[in-house]
Amino acid sequence: MLFKNLNKVSLALVMTLFLGACATQQATTTKGDDAYTGTETVKFLADGVPDRVFFSTNKSELTSAATTTLGKQATYLKANPTLNVVLEGHADERGTREYNLALGERRATAAKNYLISNGVAANRIKVLSYGKEKPANPASNVLAWSQNRRTVTVKTN
Amino acid sequence: MKYKIFTIFILFFILTTKSFALVSVDITRGNLDPLPTAISDFYLDSKLGDNIKNLKLESKIPELVQNNLSRSGLFFALEKKSFIQKPEPAHNKPRFEDWAFIKTQVLVTGKISLEKEGRLRVEFKLWDVVSATELSALAFYTTPDNWRRVSHMISDKIYERLTGEKGYFDSRIIYVSETGPKVDKKKRLAVMDQDGYGVKYLTLGNELVLTPRFSPTSQHVTYMSYFKNLPRVYLLNIETGIQDLVGDFPGMTFAPRFSPDGKKIIMSFAQEGNSDIYTMDIKTRVVEKLTDHPSIDTSPSYSPDGSYITFNSDRSGFQQIYTMKSDGTNVKRISFGEGLYGTPVWSPRGDLIAFTKLYRNKFYIGVMRSDGSGERLLTENYYQEAPSWAPNGRVLVFYRETPSDSSGRGGGAKLWSIDLTGYNERLIQTPTDASDPSWSGLLSGK
Repeated sequence: MLFKNLNKVSLALVMTLFLGACATQQATTTKGDDAYTGTETVKFLADGVPDRVFFSTNKSELTSAATTTLGKQATYLKANPTLNVVLEGHADERGTREYNLALGERRATAAKNYLISNGVAANRIKVLSYGKEKPANPASNVLAWSQNRRTVTVKTN
Repeated sequence: MKYKIFTIFILFFILTTKSFALVSVDITRGNLDPLPTAISDFYLDSKLGDNIKNLKLESKIPELVQNNLSRSGLFFALEKKSFIQKPEPAHNKPRFEDWAFIKTQVLVTGKISLEKEGRLRVEFKLWDVVSATELSALAFYTTPDNWRRVSHMISDKIYERLTGEKGYFDSRIIYVSETGPKVDKKKRLAVMDQDGYGVKYLTLGNELVLTPRFSPTSQHVTYMSYFKNLPRVYLLNIETGIQDLVGDFPGMTFAPRFSPDGKKIIMSFAQEGNSDIYTMDIKTRVVEKLTDHPSIDTSPSYSPDGSYITFNSDRSGFQQIYTMKSDGTNVKRISFGEGLYGTPVWSPRGDLIAFTKLYRNKFYIGVMRSDGSGERLLTENYYQEAPSWAPNGRVLVFYRETPSDSSGRGGGAKLWSIDLTGYNERLIQTPTDASDPSWSGLLSGK
C-alpha cells in the first residue's frame, strides 16, 4: 500500500519533470489568497476592535482586511496610551515546527510594524511566536487552518 | 533526573582467529528475508544465590536481545520451544546438527555467573550454524540491575558481527511527551531507551518545551522552552538537572542542535520578522552569526565532521534545503523537487541528509545526498516530520500526527521508526503522545 503510493509519487515527479522543469512550487503546495475572512474565533479588544488578523498559507503579508483591523487597533491603542500589547503570531499545523515558529514571528512582526507606522509607540508592543503550538480551532480541516494562521493582539496590562 | 554512569568492563575472549562467517546480513537493501536466528536461554551458574536466580535473567536477557534483533527487521527469531539442545551444553559445545535441523543459521548462547561483590559476569557466544563455527564471544561484568544495558550491548555486538555495521541498541531517545487538549497541550521533555523502556520525565510541564536534542559528547540536551513566556534555547544537564539559558538574545531563539564535537550550539534567532542562523560556543559564550538574509533561515544541522551545515530557508520564496560551509560561506540550494522541504538533518555517516517534504498536501520523510542528488522518499502520511538518525545511520525516528475531527478529537502524535531502505516502519510505544524525537549516540562509546 505504502509503496504503491510512493511509486505513484515518484511517477508524478518524473511526469512533472518531463512536462517542464519550470513549473512553480506554488501550484502544488501554496494556494494564493486563502486568508480567513469570517468572524468565528474573533474576539474584541473593545467595541468594534477585532483582536486578530488572518494570513494566507505560508504568507505574512497583511491582507486589506488585516490592515483595516490593525488600523482600528492603532486608533484604540492611541486612545488608550497606558495599554501595552503582545502580538502573538501563529501558524497552521501543516508545516514543520521550527519553520512555523519563524513564520509566526514574521506574522506578528508584520502586524507590529503596521501598528507602529500608524502611530503606536514601538515600546508598547511585544511580539511572541507560538508557531503551530496553540491553534484557535483544533480541527484538521481547511477552515480551521485558515483560522489558525493569525496574529492575535493581547493586552498585557 | 540522574543517570548512573555504569562501568562495564568488556573482555574479549581469546577468539579462535579463524571465524569466517558464511552467514551475513546485507542491510543496504530492504531485507525481506530476515536471517533465521535462534537465541537460546542463557544458563545460570549453579553457585548463584536465590536473589539472583529470582531475577530470571537467564531468560530476560535473551528475550531483550531477541526483541532488539527482531525489531531491526534483519533477523527472524525462532521459537524457543523448537530448540532441541539445552542452554548449558549449547553454550559449551553446540550440536550444530540439532540447530541446523530447526533451520536456524545463527545461534546465540550465554552464561551468567557470579563475580565478586554481587556483580555478575554475563557471557555470550555467537555461532554460525551453517559453517559450525564460533563467530564471537564476549563477557560483560555488571550489577544485576543493569541487565538491560548489557542486553543492548550484546545486541549491538551481534548486529555488528553479522551486518558489518555498528549497532544502535545501546542508545536513548529524547522526545516531547504530549498530553491535554490540542488547543493547550501540556508538553514535557522525556527520555527513554531506544526500545521505549524506562521513560523518565525531565520537566514538569509548566511551560511549553520543544525540539530537544542530545549532545553527541555529554549528558547535555539542548531544547527550546517558553519559560516566563520568553521562547529561548536552553542547555540542560540531564544528570544534574541544571539548566542554562543559551546566549543573551533580545528575541526568540529556536531550532537548536549541537556541533559534532559538542562544543557549540547552532540555532536560529528571530528578530524583526527575520530568522538567521547563529552559533554559540558553550564554554566561551562567543556568538557568531552565520547567515544574513531577510528570509527565514532555520533548522540547522552540522555534517558529522563539522565542516558543513545544512539548513532550510525560504529565500527562494519557498522553504527549501541549503548547505553551506561551517563559517557561513558557500551557500548552496540542494533541494529542487516540487514541494516544500524542511528539517534537514545530516546522517552520522556523512553521506545523506534526511528531511521532511510537503508535497500535494502529504508529508514525506526522505533522504538525499548532500549535493541534493538521489532524493528518495521513505514514507508518506497525513503529517510527519523531524527525522533523527540512529547512531549507525541506518534507521530514522520521526513523529507522525493523525488528523483531528471537527471538535479537535483524534489528533495525536506518535513516534515511528523506519529503516533507511524504506522498509520496517514501526511504532515506538510511549505512555503518552509523543513528538520531536532525537536519538542519542551509542552510550557505550565509539
